Amino acid sequence: MIEVRNLKKSFGGHAVLDGVNFKINKGEAVVIIGASGGGKSVLLKHLIALLQPDAGEVLIEGQDIACLNERELLKVRRKFGMLFQSAALFDSMTVEENVGFMLRREGNHTDKEISECVAEVLDMVELDGTQHKKPAELSGGMRKRVGLARAVIYKPEILLYDEPTTGLDPIVSDAIDQLIAKVVQQLKVTSIAVTHDMRSAKRISHRILMLHEGKIYADKPTEEIFKSQDPIIYRFVNGIADVKHITL
Amino acid sequence: MTTIARDFIRQWLVGLGRGTMLVWETACSIFRHKPAWRDVIYQMYFIGVKSQSVVLITGAFTGMVLCAQTYFQFHKVKMDTATLAVVAVAMGSELGPVLTSLMVAGRVGAAVTAELGTMKVTEQIDALRTLAAHPIDYLVVPRFSAMFLVMPLLTAESVCIGISSAYIIGVFLLGVDPTYMWYNMLRYAGWTDMLTGIIKAFVFGAIIIIVACDKGLNCPQGAEGVGQATTESVVYASISILISNFFLTMLLNRILTGS
Ligand SMILES: Nc1ncnc2c1ncn2[C@@H]1O[C@H](COP(=O)(O)OP(=O)(O)O)[C@@H](O)[C@H]1O
Ligand SMILES: [Mg+2]
Repeated sequence: MIEVRNLKKSFGGHAVLDGVNFKINKGEAVVIIGASGGGKSVLLKHLIALLQPDAGEVLIEGQDIACLNERELLKVRRKFGMLFQSAALFDSMTVEENVGFMLRREGNHTDKEISECVAEVLDMVELDGTQHKKPAELSGGMRKRVGLARAVIYKPEILLYDEPTTGLDPIVSDAIDQLIAKVVQQLKVTSIAVTHDMRSAKRISHRILMLHEGKIYADKPTEEIFKSQDPIIYRFVNGIADVKHITL
Repeated sequence: MTTIARDFIRQWLVGLGRGTMLVWETACSIFRHKPAWRDVIYQMYFIGVKSQSVVLITGAFTGMVLCAQTYFQFHKVKMDTATLAVVAVAMGSELGPVLTSLMVAGRVGAAVTAELGTMKVTEQIDALRTLAAHPIDYLVVPRFSAMFLVMPLLTAESVCIGISSAYIIGVFLLGVDPTYMWYNMLRYAGWTDMLTGIIKAFVFGAIIIIVACDKGLNCPQGAEGVGQATTESVVYASISILISNFFLTMLLNRILTGS
């Protein structure tokens, strides 16, 4: 369903992605792990063509999206839902307008249907009743959940989550993890999440890809990653810093 | 020195190219897709209302000072009653459109760049794109259409205010004969002067909004980037207005008066 071939991208001479290859099948739940600043968000943005690769291909159902123009991409992007790391809510709109954005754009729903739909997904993320608030009045965790609601409301086939639980308290993180797992099961979506929260990765993925130094370092089922004895994977999974890097 | 000049020219050409592409894409979008009238009307309200104070003050004081200065000079040669004619021609074809657009560039252009720039650095533009909304259709077209419709109205308003305040100053402060002054204005200031001003207003409006949207959508990262983009938007729009004004004057003079 999604295939990335030899993807390369650099910013100002610094190669962030340096030949990334992987394949994700329909209905799979995959987590991409890797160090902060390692290019995980950049990789995710390439999957939905928000960034253009310097080299390589991104195939969505066999179609290379790197060579489409912005208008052709609109149709491809309809299949995707994306939760941004910063939530990226439209701050001039209320929560209800944010969440109902896609339905309103499509124009084949009445206002009443849209607000019912919005109430339903907001209830799912436990935020019913915040419809008329502006994003600025919400906490970081609430904004992320609104972002999630905005991405799932139109039932996309592929969901991309950029650090869905980073910076949230453990209870809310757990609720979001459960929600992501539920969405995968019930809506049969393909889900790709970027995170460095290993607890969350364990709960929401079937398979883990590890991005390390611009390449996919590991591509294994979740249990294998957690059992792996490879020093780089082991240190990442168990959160152990390389002692050499610590100088006092 | 040569590298600075080369960089400057290259940047200028790049900007011009990007602006041209943006005009083209906006035009395509307007003709191919139905613009969202609700958004256009909201933007018209936003642009029109936000500019009222500056347009009124600019129009009134320019008219007044122009009237006073013209009178001071003309009084020496006993041509007092020609004052309002000069004011009407100057306001209608040059000062009205130019000063109004400079003020609007500072007011609306800056606001639009800051808004789009903030949306860009907070990933809201990316979010729009993932929600299958083209930034040109959704953000640029309503602003462009609104500006295109509002700018001539603002210019006409400022010209009217300018001439009225000049009339008041001329009659009540400087003591010029009102009947002859009005008669001379009608005689020497023709519809071509007013048409020149209105055509210029369309062009300047388009320049302001295209520069503002381009700077906003290509804003560099960070709060500093937004500030820089906003400043550049006002500076480039103002310079483009002043330069294109000269060429428009020459061109329109040739077309409208056939000389
Ligand atoms: N639009 C951009 N312009 C320049 N550099 C960028 C841009 N986006 C990301 N980068 C750089 O790419 C690297 C990876 O960023 P990112 O993908 O956000 O990391 P993370 O894995 O933490 O999500 C960083 O060094 C960042 O500075
Ligand atoms: Mg990131």
